[in-house]
Amino acid sequence: MTGTVYTETLIHSAPEAFVSEAPYQLIIVTLDNGTRVTGRVSGEPVSIDDAVFLAEERNGVPFFRKRQ
Amino acid sequence: MRPVGIIGIGKTPFGAFPERDIRSLAVDSGKKALADAGIEAGQVEAFYLGNFAGPSFVGQSHLAPYIAGPMGITGVPCTRVEAACASSGSAFFHAYSAVAAGLYDVALVTGVEKMTSQQTPRVAEILAMAGECSTEGRAGATFPALFGLIARRHMHQYGTKKEHLAAVAVKNHANGAMNPDAHMKKVITLEQAMAGKPIADPLNVYDCSLVSDGAASVVIAPLDGVRKRAVRVLGIAQTSDHVALDRKEDITVFNAVKSAAAKAYKMAGVGPDEIQLAEVHDCFTIAEIIAIEDLGFVLKGQGGPYTAEGCTGLKGSRPVNTSGGLKSKGHPVGATGVAQLCDVALQIRGEAGARQVAKHEIGLAQNLGGSGASAVVTILAAA
Repeated sequence: MTGTVYTETLIHSAPEAFVSEAPYQLIIVTLDNGTRVTGRVSGEPVSIDDAVFLAEERNGVPFFRKRQ
Repeated sequence: MRPVGIIGIGKTPFGAFPERDIRSLAVDSGKKALADAGIEAGQVEAFYLGNFAGPSFVGQSHLAPYIAGPMGITGVPCTRVEAACASSGSAFFHAYSAVAAGLYDVALVTGVEKMTSQQTPRVAEILAMAGECSTEGRAGATFPALFGLIARRHMHQYGTKKEHLAAVAVKNHANGAMNPDAHMKKVITLEQAMAGKPIADPLNVYDCSLVSDGAASVVIAPLDGVRKRAVRVLGIAQTSDHVALDRKEDITVFNAVKSAAAKAYKMAGVGPDEIQLAEVHDCFTIAEIIAIEDLGFVLKGQGGPYTAEGCTGLKGSRPVNTSGGLKSKGHPVGATGVAQLCDVALQIRGEAGARQVAKHEIGLAQNLGGSGASAVVTILAAA
């Protein structure tokens, strides 16, 4: 599954259950079919308009990785 | 529908009050509003409470009669309304509807939140429940993060800069420093606002509103011509949008604010150019920029430069958040909507002291819930 980054933020101040993971990047991806999904990032940080692919799913959360 | 007005206002100071519980705050503000209106508790025919998360923050449910009883209000409908940060704006909308329709002659609307008894990560978790828990919450989103996503996109589409966000914080802190009831009475510089501790990029701590305790109340009644200092409700609307940001086509627009504003302007028979002052929902600096765009005060994308030029300052052409806004006055979530109405009413009555603006016949309050799924827009005018 591939798409492009619609928007992103790097979270420094996390909710209770995610404190140990901070900082982490939250993104909204526009998939190639036009639908949008909220997810996280594996590997290097991404910017708006970067091409990404679905790398893995953890606890039902899609993790995207930058396409080289 | 008959003409209806706000005939009394009452607020507690906003801040961190470890010695105060949710009920004492709410009761204080309600009694002040009743005294301001010259109304006895026994005359109140309906009580509406705006509260977002009392059960999570303080472990008490059934909050409307829990708070109304000690005010001396029993034997009438007591209803809690929840619409995230728009809870008390929505409570006011429903109270207004019932009074305007003739169901009641006197209604009391109170907004309250007691937040500071919880630690910050738990507060973040409770607030995040106003977003889409199954996707945003599960991925670790916080409210600052949702508005960080919005800010990044607004910067990308319109060239909005960090300096523009900081200009909102500097202005609202300057106003709040003159508000005796504000949570943070502290003037800040643009340099300070730019260099705050990062929270959710591009937002830093100075882009975020405060976690506060506080309550605000208003008494509403038909305008029968004998009310001293009454402020007329000229137009009001509440509308909605998707909760999840990823369901929206363009996250730089608050569709609910646009549609509520259009309805409220139509009902009031005025347009955005006639609004002389406004209290808008600056839960984050970017939210004020988007609000002034979607209310039609400035063209889409121009909210940042308009703010940086000083147009929304106390001496600007259209003062916005003369109270200090959520940023400096404080943001006890459930109290905010009614507090905004109190602040607009105070300006219209000419009682805003050092913050009083020159033109104050007609003002607007805009209350936002979540990342934009609920919005209430109210237009008030001298009676």
